Amino acid sequence: MCSHQDLETVRQEILSKRDSKKPCISICTGTGCLASGAGEVMAAFTAEIESQGLKADVDAKGTGCPGFCEKGPIVVIYPEEICYLEVKPEDVAEIVSQTVKENKVIERLLYVDSATGEKAIHESDIPFYKNQERTIIGNNIKIDSKSIDDYIAFGGYTGLAKALLKMTPEEVLDEVKKSNLRGRGGGGFPTGRKWEEARHAAGDIKYVIVNADEGDPGAFMDRAVLEGNPHSVLEGLTIGAYAVGSHEGFLYVRNEYPLAIENVLIAIEKAEEYGLLGKNILGSGFDFSVKVHRGAGAFVCGESSALMTALEGKAGEPRPKYVHTVVKGVWDRPSVLNNVETWANVPPIIEKGSDWFTRYGTEKSKGTKIFSLVGKITNTGLVEVPMGITLNDIIYKIGGGIPDGKKFKAVQTGGPSGGCIPERLLDLQVGFDELTKAGSMMGSGGMIVLDEDTCMVDVARYFLEFLTDESCGKCVPCREGIRQMLKILTKITKGKGKPGDIELLQELAEVASEAALCALGRSAANPFLSTLQYFRDEYEAHINEKRCPALACKELINYYIEPEKCKACTTCARKCPADAIIGGKNLIHMVDQDKCTKCGTCFEVCPDRFAAVTKLSGVPVPANLSEDQRVIVREVREAKAS
Amino acid sequence: MKGITLKIDGEEVKAREGMTVLKAAQNAHIRIPTLCYHKKLEPYGGCRLCMVEVESRGSAPRLVVSCLYPAQNNIIVRTRSPKVDRVRKTVLELLLAHAPNSFELKELGKEYGADESRTGQEPSFCIHCGLCVRYCAEVKKKDAIGFVDRGIHKEIGFVPEIASKECGKCKECFPLCPTEALQAAYIFVEALAFPGQGH
Repeated sequence: MCSHQDLETVRQEILSKRDSKKPCISICTGTGCLASGAGEVMAAFTAEIESQGLKADVDAKGTGCPGFCEKGPIVVIYPEEICYLEVKPEDVAEIVSQTVKENKVIERLLYVDSATGEKAIHESDIPFYKNQERTIIGNNIKIDSKSIDDYIAFGGYTGLAKALLKMTPEEVLDEVKKSNLRGRGGGGFPTGRKWEEARHAAGDIKYVIVNADEGDPGAFMDRAVLEGNPHSVLEGLTIGAYAVGSHEGFLYVRNEYPLAIENVLIAIEKAEEYGLLGKNILGSGFDFSVKVHRGAGAFVCGESSALMTALEGKAGEPRPKYVHTVVKGVWDRPSVLNNVETWANVPPIIEKGSDWFTRYGTEKSKGTKIFSLVGKITNTGLVEVPMGITLNDIIYKIGGGIPDGKKFKAVQTGGPSGGCIPERLLDLQVGFDELTKAGSMMGSGGMIVLDEDTCMVDVARYFLEFLTDESCGKCVPCREGIRQMLKILTKITKGKGKPGDIELLQELAEVASEAALCALGRSAANPFLSTLQYFRDEYEAHINEKRCPALACKELINYYIEPEKCKACTTCARKCPADAIIGGKNLIHMVDQDKCTKCGTCFEVCPDRFAAVTKLSGVPVPANLSEDQRVIVREVREAKAS
Repeated sequence: MKGITLKIDGEEVKAREGMTVLKAAQNAHIRIPTLCYHKKLEPYGGCRLCMVEVESRGSAPRLVVSCLYPAQNNIIVRTRSPKVDRVRKTVLELLLAHAPNSFELKELGKEYGADESRTGQEPSFCIHCGLCVRYCAEVKKKDAIGFVDRGIHKEIGFVPEIASKECGKCKECFPLCPTEALQAAYIFVEALAFPGQGH
């Protein structure tokens, strides 16, 4: 393609070959759905269409992730947009013969609202989707993630054509600045300003880089975008390169994302073939090429200077420089690094204008943001919401609340560098500054929901443990500070905390945040600081009373069978792997505390109607009963006998 | 070269463009403690002991590592302040947990009131200043020793194939080590991988 007209011609050609009424089966083949069997479902569809002789009449394609991972594999049948959840290969024949051929809806595969019992036929009717604003991942389920034609058919590369052929680099820069787009990787730095600094930095060779080294526990936003819609990232990157004056880009992707790598390599190859990457893109005279660099598995490489060091082929350690990477980055040349989601936001901003983008959001955070909603939440998955939405809406309207009738306790946002936000702040609007003010941060979009069974001290301990492995180990406040903090936190969760521990932790946290070399170290103490801010009572209970209020820390709890509730059903005695139940026929059961390994089996298997096993923490376990006291007199049986 | 004038601890100090605050201070005989700094090596910024407070153009003072921070006109540098001392004290406490017998650390610890009993002791001796690794790479260009792993699992390690040929005649890194962990590591690898050949 060597002009704007060519792109339109190609688009029209693709569209003219398509019949909008022709049934199309979209099967999510993102990593989440693949793990729950989407590969088999896809194969079953292909085989079924073949065997029913429908190859010419029905399309079937593997697409990117639409987000509702809880209910995967997800299948959507167009043009009616009928959405089936948790589809198994054995459902396929029925879907083809009933829904595709006869246009009949198969009730049992529909979404059912657990609260109202109402069913939803279309994707857009499902409450999980209804409250979202999916400008970035909305097309994922429509687009074959390996097909450039599909991307073009849905309007892809229009933004690039507009930027290269109708706008000057300065105009592109201005538009991005006007949009107030801020870095989706977590920092929230204004993207336009970053580009501008790099554009004005000295040097002929400049680089633009995609940070796809997503590594926060429980986060998979970037994976879904890159896997599902790789062209949107490439298009954004090319537009950015044009604005900055760069002709070479890198995509730094972690090697743990094989499907993302596969799809992005296909996308690059196809884009080059179509003249959308390489020399003289769309006849504009602008040259740009992209190389994929696979990360070697270090979390710290998500940090910008560490990523750039790794790109140069060195060990991925942050560089302590007081010169910004936009001036001196990779090989000391001006380098713009933005995360996957940031780049994917660029094409629609250019295509539809910054006014379209700023429709959403708070005063200082515009547009939408993708979050991965995980943890103790009914609808696990990927959600894209307008900035400014409240946490409450995300968790209850979209996420469907907390499962199993448990109470909400906190939501952890921002990954290992973020923090926990308690229930009383759930009306908080989602935005970069709002979350930071609450002691957490936006981060790249991880959102882990915690319920009443979660111990907040243990949460802090978990994240610090993660960071002791993932710190690069270069600077003392981070490497040694986190190590000592983890030691103290571990002791506290084991009931070995002592007065003064909190103060020492605070001191170590302060030094890490002030003196560490990179952002990872400076924010490493956040999980501790934010849990302390909102759940100090839990820390104190652990230290002073040796009590875990959430009844979660193994060393601080005892399992105890309440004598008046035990009906001697013998279930726990049979299931206990440690032989720690003192049982017997018609005898109240007791836990032998010396033998008990606190695995919790008795607690889980005790029938709900008895609920005789409880957890005790911070109180002594009542003494065992004598043999006489344990006898259960079965009244009904006695009556019959007499 | 443009001349720069900055103020360190109230004293007017001259520096050249491209010079770090640490270098400017050293030239003026103002002492800033360091552990990972070496004049023959690229600044590393790992130990954080050389942190100082800098005020520029009326902005609030901030902590920077002086071995990397460029000297600029009219900035005000304080090599001691409650904040600076607290960072140094904590850094020393954290390091003394690993190398309780290091003479250098003990001296500094005394100066900054480090109380090593506050941190969980875990003698491993190496404090990861990287002097040996960087000296071998940058000055000797041999890479006979490197860092292995990351985070709290990070360790120095000799590459036996290179070390067996190069180290016996060199050993220039030995005196750089503030804790002698390096010599132990060398003797260990020599005994295991190339006994008797390292001389």
